[in-house]
Amino acid sequence: MKIRNQRDFGAGIMYMVIGLFFTIMATQYPMGTAAKMGPGYFPFFLGIIMTLLGLFVLIRSLSAKAAIESIPKFNWRIIGLITGSVVLYGILLPTMGFIVAVFVLVFMSASASHEFHWKGTLVNASFLIIFTYSVFVVGLKLQFPLLPFFLQQ
Amino acid sequence: MDLFANLALGFDTAFTLQNLLYCLIGCVLGTLIGVLPGLGPIATIAMLLPATYALPPVAALIMLAGIYYGSQYGGSTTAILLNIPGETSSVVTAIDGYQMARNGRAGVALFTAGMGSFFAGCVATLVLAAFAAPLSQLAFKFGPAEYFSLMVLGLIGAVVLASGSLIKAIGMIVLGLLMGLIGTDVNSGVSRYAFDIPELSDGIGFVAVAMGVFGFAEIMTNLEKKDEDEGFLNKMSTMIPTKEDVKRMIPSILRGTTIGSILGILPGGGAALAAFGAYSVEKKSSKYSHEFGKGAIEGVAGPESANNAAAQTSFIPLLTLGIPPNAVMALMVGAMTIHNIQPGPQVMTSNPALFWGLIASMWIGNVMLILLNLPLIGIWVKLLKIPYRFMYPAILVFCCIGVYTVNNTVFDVYVTAAFGVIGYLFTKLGCEPPPLLLGFVLGPMMEENFRRALLLSRGDFTTFVTRPLSLGLLIASALLVVIVALPAVKKTREEAFVED
Repeated sequence: MKIRNQRDFGAGIMYMVIGLFFTIMATQYPMGTAAKMGPGYFPFFLGIIMTLLGLFVLIRSLSAKAAIESIPKFNWRIIGLITGSVVLYGILLPTMGFIVAVFVLVFMSASASHEFHWKGTLVNASFLIIFTYSVFVVGLKLQFPLLPFFLQQ
Repeated sequence: MDLFANLALGFDTAFTLQNLLYCLIGCVLGTLIGVLPGLGPIATIAMLLPATYALPPVAALIMLAGIYYGSQYGGSTTAILLNIPGETSSVVTAIDGYQMARNGRAGVALFTAGMGSFFAGCVATLVLAAFAAPLSQLAFKFGPAEYFSLMVLGLIGAVVLASGSLIKAIGMIVLGLLMGLIGTDVNSGVSRYAFDIPELSDGIGFVAVAMGVFGFAEIMTNLEKKDEDEGFLNKMSTMIPTKEDVKRMIPSILRGTTIGSILGILPGGGAALAAFGAYSVEKKSSKYSHEFGKGAIEGVAGPESANNAAAQTSFIPLLTLGIPPNAVMALMVGAMTIHNIQPGPQVMTSNPALFWGLIASMWIGNVMLILLNLPLIGIWVKLLKIPYRFMYPAILVFCCIGVYTVNNTVFDVYVTAAFGVIGYLFTKLGCEPPPLLLGFVLGPMMEENFRRALLLSRGDFTTFVTRPLSLGLLIASALLVVIVALPAVKKTREEAFVED
């Protein structure tokens, strides 16, 4: 059997996995009755609906009438750099402080572009640090750890 | 007639130099903060609330109302320019507004949003002044069954937000509903799908989901298309709409205003549903429906008017019943109680200067907003000329700071990163995220009303069809399904025919 519409096939699988996950997890919570519903009732049935929708999308993607579509390639380098830079920001902020975290975020994410140039990025990073510092810390008085832990008093 | 005497009293109160000044400060601050990605009206009001403590009550409320409109308009600006909606209602604006910006029509989109909001604001203020008391009775007619049916109607309307497959869009709605259930169940206190992670027991934040699925995923997809990198940023952009644009946006603004004024009165989700509802109506009734999702001006004009009209009329349940219909209004209640004002029906009689002054200042706020924002459009559009390689790290920085400030925890930053990847996967699989966000927002409310309705009917499911108002809403939903499904059925038939 040939998968004609790979995008729908993938979406169907995704819907079914999520639906089954929610339904199976819901059985661990008290179900209750229709008149006095427990926390498991609504997610249980909603999960079943989700699974059925997924099944429907999946079957349709295999039918002879489905449009031929393939899933576009994933660019893992871009995903890794962008997501990684955000995660790294989250890790660095509490310990190394705002300035270091923003600097790393800007440099790492900017390197995902094919037009990356370290000089321009340096200017951009400095500008963003000064700008966000004056808006969020000076202007709006938000609390951030500013400097790395070893420089704090 | 009393209305004019009341309005005169209102303008008398609002038109003092001091109050005008606070209204202006509120609008300016609201716009400037609201335009930062990730900072929606709720975050903006919460941040600026302490600044109003020292003011006299009327001035404080006037300034807060100014902040509210300002931040809402600022949020639409970010949605149009960067495809990052800061709150539920601007999700819809982002769909066609961002496409207009990509076509080099960012200025026109912003102008349309401004004019639509202004007109809707003026009309809704009049509605508020004239019908505040009788309209609040409408909200009393809505029991849990009616709310559930209204949400069904809203969610089915949301299907129209997607331009691709109908069934995949329904899947996205259900997925959103499921995601909304994550966190502590309010009725039993059981923590659901939280896996003993304390941060998840409060549920996933809307800002984190919206920024991840829209903002981050958009950046990753943009970076993939190397050659298109700066294409849309350098296109010339004027803010003057053509005659054709004006002709197309006026009916949309009128419809949006009507929908928004009515839905804004309903506590809970009314304002959010207004923008979604207006978009559905525009897409279904327009003869340019093929342009929706590709930069149709109606897709900006309708929802933006509805959004602003609902923002005004959502003051009705607060001022007349004392019920805050949404999180923003809950903050307003907080502000009122700080100033020793008990919101509720007695405000109108015991403190008429405050009540009518606030209403008059809403109108003044709208005038200021348009005067302030028309010249600013030029500046916003110029921001788009910044090369993308400098722009997207800046967007990431603002998003990361914004999402951190919501709860002061880095956990939300990780959630946003995760939703960025999920959003990227969605684009690859051809699943469109706007319906997901509406489901996500309405999920908890829908479950709540579903459970309450069945509790009241002792488990009898017919309660949804025996109550006339609820039945009417469900019939409308069924009709909507038919209207939405018909062209889809026809299209697949045509496709099958071509392939043969």
